[in-house]
Amino acid sequence: MTRSSWPLYEVFVRGKRGLNHVHVGSLHAPDDEMALRNARDLYTRRNEGVSIWVVKAEAITASSPDEKDPFFAPSGDKVYRHPTFYAIPEDVPHL
Amino acid sequence: MDLEREFEQTVAADHRVEPRDWMPDGYRATLVRQIAQHAHSEIIGMQPEGNWISRAPSLRRKAILLAKVQDEAGHGLYLYAAAETLGADREELTEKLIAGRQKYSSIFNYPTLTYADVGVIGWLVDGAAICNQVPLCRTSYGPYARAMIRVCKEESFHQRQGYELLMTMMSGTEQQRALVQESVDRWWWPSLMMFGPPDAESSNTEQSMLWRIKRHTNDELRQRFVDMSVPQAAKLGVTLPDPHLVWNAERGHHDFGEIDWTEFWQVVKGAGPCNAQRVEHRRKAHEDGAWVREAATAYARKKEQAA
Ligand SMILES: [Fe+2]
Ligand SMILES: [Fe+2]
Repeated sequence: MTRSSWPLYEVFVRGKRGLNHVHVGSLHAPDDEMALRNARDLYTRRNEGVSIWVVKAEAITASSPDEKDPFFAPSGDKVYRHPTFYAIPEDVPHL
Repeated sequence: MDLEREFEQTVAADHRVEPRDWMPDGYRATLVRQIAQHAHSEIIGMQPEGNWISRAPSLRRKAILLAKVQDEAGHGLYLYAAAETLGADREELTEKLIAGRQKYSSIFNYPTLTYADVGVIGWLVDGAAICNQVPLCRTSYGPYARAMIRVCKEESFHQRQGYELLMTMMSGTEQQRALVQESVDRWWWPSLMMFGPPDAESSNTEQSMLWRIKRHTNDELRQRFVDMSVPQAAKLGVTLPDPHLVWNAERGHHDFGEIDWTEFWQVVKGAGPCNAQRVEHRRKAHEDGAWVREAATAYARKKEQAA
C-alpha cells in the first residue's frame, strides 16, 4: 500500500461577519476544493463560521523564533504606538 | 544553555510553547506519545458506539448517535493535526496504531452488549474523558491546548445525550431499568481505570507535571470523577457497583473500593475482550480506503496538469 501523502493545509475560519479569519487547525486533502469541503466538515460542524480559507502549509512564510528578537524589535521600542503612552487628565471624558 | 532556560521560563510563567519554539527532546517525545494515544482513542472509540447506529431505537436516537460518533472522528483529527505540529507523520501514526506499537485508551476494548451501553458510555466514559480533558485545555503545548478546547466544547453534548437516554430508559419498563443497571455494573470499574494507574505507579506523571503537560495526578482526577458521579447515579436511580463507596466527611470526598489493577494491566497488554477486534477493524478500514485516497490523488494530479 502506498502512502497517501496528501498535502497539509492550514485552515482559517471567520467566526461571524465583522471578525478576522482565525487559524483553527490543519488537515490533509488531495486538492484545494477537497480541503475546503473537509474543513467545513471538520471545523464548522456547529455553525462556527461564515467563511473558510484553506492554504497549503508549504505556501506560508513565517518568522522563525531564532530571529524573533530582531524581527519584532522595531515595535518593541516604539511604546508611543500604545494609547497608554500618553498621560491624559482623568477629568477628560471619552478619551 | 540559553534555549533551555527560555523554554523553562515559558513553561514556569504558564505561557504556551508553540511549534517553532525550541523544546527539549523529551518534552517533544512525551507530547507525541500522549497526543497520538489520545487521537487513537478517539478514532478507536468510534467502534463500540458505532456498533449500535444501525439498531438505534428511533430516528432521533440514530441521528444523535451518528453526530456523536462523527464528533469523535473530528476529535481524532484535531489531535492528529496537533501531533503533526511536533513533526510526527500522520500516516505513520496510523501505521503504528495498526501494528500495535502505539496504544489507545483501554476502555474501548470492552464490548457494547446492549443499547443501554450507548447511554452509559455517554454518561460515564465521556464523563471521565471530560474530567481528564478539561485540565488539558491549559496544557503547556499550545496546539494541544487549543485542540482540547474544541474537544471539550463538544463533549458536553456527548455526556448529556447519554444521561438523557438513560433517564428515558429509567422511566420505562422494569426490563429497561434492569438493562441500565446491568450496563452500569459493567462500565463503572473500567471507567475508573480510564484515569490510569495509581500515582505511586505512574512513571510519567512527575515529569509531565513539571512540564505542565499534566495539571493533576491520575488519583486526583479519579477522585473528582467519583465525587461527580455519585449524585448523578442517585438522581438516575441506579446503584454504583461498589459496596465500599461511601461519603467521607473528614476528607470531603467519597471513599471507594480497590480497583482491580490486574484486569487493567491485562487489557493494556492486549488481553482485553476486544483488543484484537478493534485493531483489526481499524486496519481493514484503512486498507479498504486506500483506493479512495489514491483515486483522489490521481484526480488532483490530472486536474493540475490540465490547468
Ligand atoms: Fe471525544
Ligand atoms: Fe465524546
